[in-house]
Amino acid sequence: MAVDTESGRAMNQTLVMAGTIAGVLAGVLVAASLLIWGERRLLAVWQDRSGPNRVGPLGLGQVAADVVKILTKEDWIPPFADKPIFVLAPMIIMTTTLLSFAVICFGPSAVVADLNVGLLFFLAMSAMGVYSVVLAGWASNSKYPLLGAMRAAGQMFGYEVFMGLSLMGVVMCAGSFNLREIVLAQRHLWFCVPQVLGLVIFLIAGFAETRRLPLDLPETENELVAGYHTEYSGMKFGMFYVGEYVGVVLVSSLITVLFFGGWLGPWLPGVVWFCIKTLVFVCFFVLCRATLMRPRYDQLMSFGWKVLLPLSLANLLVTAAVVLVRGGQ
Amino acid sequence: MNILFYVAAAIAIVSSIAAITRSHAIHAILFLVVSFVSISLVFYTLGAPFIAALEVITYAGAIMVLFMFAIMLLNLGAHAVQRERQWQPRIVWAGSGLLSLILLAQLAWTFSFGKAQTGSLPVAPSQVGAALFGTYLLGVELASMLLLAGLAGAYYLGKRSGEPEHPKGGADGNGPA
Repeated sequence: MAVDTESGRAMNQTLVMAGTIAGVLAGVLVAASLLIWGERRLLAVWQDRSGPNRVGPLGLGQVAADVVKILTKEDWIPPFADKPIFVLAPMIIMTTTLLSFAVICFGPSAVVADLNVGLLFFLAMSAMGVYSVVLAGWASNSKYPLLGAMRAAGQMFGYEVFMGLSLMGVVMCAGSFNLREIVLAQRHLWFCVPQVLGLVIFLIAGFAETRRLPLDLPETENELVAGYHTEYSGMKFGMFYVGEYVGVVLVSSLITVLFFGGWLGPWLPGVVWFCIKTLVFVCFFVLCRATLMRPRYDQLMSFGWKVLLPLSLANLLVTAAVVLVRGGQ
Repeated sequence: MNILFYVAAAIAIVSSIAAITRSHAIHAILFLVVSFVSISLVFYTLGAPFIAALEVITYAGAIMVLFMFAIMLLNLGAHAVQRERQWQPRIVWAGSGLLSLILLAQLAWTFSFGKAQTGSLPVAPSQVGAALFGTYLLGVELASMLLLAGLAGAYYLGKRSGEPEHPKGGADGNGPA
């Protein structure tokens, strides 16, 4: 009998785990595809126009229309491309960004993998995500994608360094790489107050890592056609397109978890608080796209290495000193 | 956990061999990345999640991206693949094969007679940090000196040739930005 309950409990755990994974995947993918519509509507609001409002209520059918269009388009692989890598590249970006959601805790117990190196897992996955963009540009074997890939390699590699360094202040304050423990360490004070410098650096690096508009130099449409994904069409392009939105949701939820107390909040259930906070940052991403202009590539790189790197190192030093003086965690 | 270890180890071996034998540079690098990722999985199954994450971040991520960046800059074409094939005559394999055999024998001896730990308790990141900056502090400092030497060397090599070391006067209006 004891064996039966034991296996029953294991079975239950497996079911709960499968449910969590399915819930997280479905939630993230639905949020990302709704962003196709949401971003255009929000941009329209800020630029004083209507945006897509014809298909279905509020224009929500635009999502379905876009999906049908992407799926039925001819999926063309250029004859001069390196075929296996050309096909592989869009898969990498989807896999790495979706895998990163495994370590994010949406609620006190709503987490897929409660890793003790959770934050490092995210950094590892974003390091692997660079390959997607670089390989896409290289495998296309034509000049604009290659130029986009070169820019992506330099930009994403550099900003990954500052991203990692800016997060180490949070790790020191919380005394853990585990995202659940980082949230629990913010019960009294959200880390956006003591780590405001880390937050700003992480935000800028997040824009560079997701290649969103102020820092979308790998795909600048007015100089490089579409940059690294110029030669892509159909669903392979769709994967880059949705992958970018998944990346935006990922960075927004990380900002929520690391700097704004994750699921912590009064009255409402934790998951709701998490979604509200994340939504605010997703909207902030769109607002930046609507208002900010793109820097030159050399400005971006020198800003990164000459301003952000010293700043994040200084943040690290001061945080370490304060934690040490206060007697550690 | 054991099955995971053996699968990851097998992938690591196969992809490492592929990384050596591919004559196309980018394909070889991709196999090397796969090898690094599977080695990181091996670390994880042996109870070192921190090292596993660092393996992916530094080796599979940062270093290999730089390799790929350099190879993309060189823009090797089909003739480079041809040349690479000519550089791999059969005789090259004899020496490296012999060395690998010695290593394999050593490994087999260690596993059958020595004390090898597998599946031990997971090591927390703080333990790794305490060991690095406590017991092995000297090693860390020596490594940082080595890296500093590398940095200085890279700066020297990267300095534009023909440019004076100290620009004369302060009126260098058209210098590099």
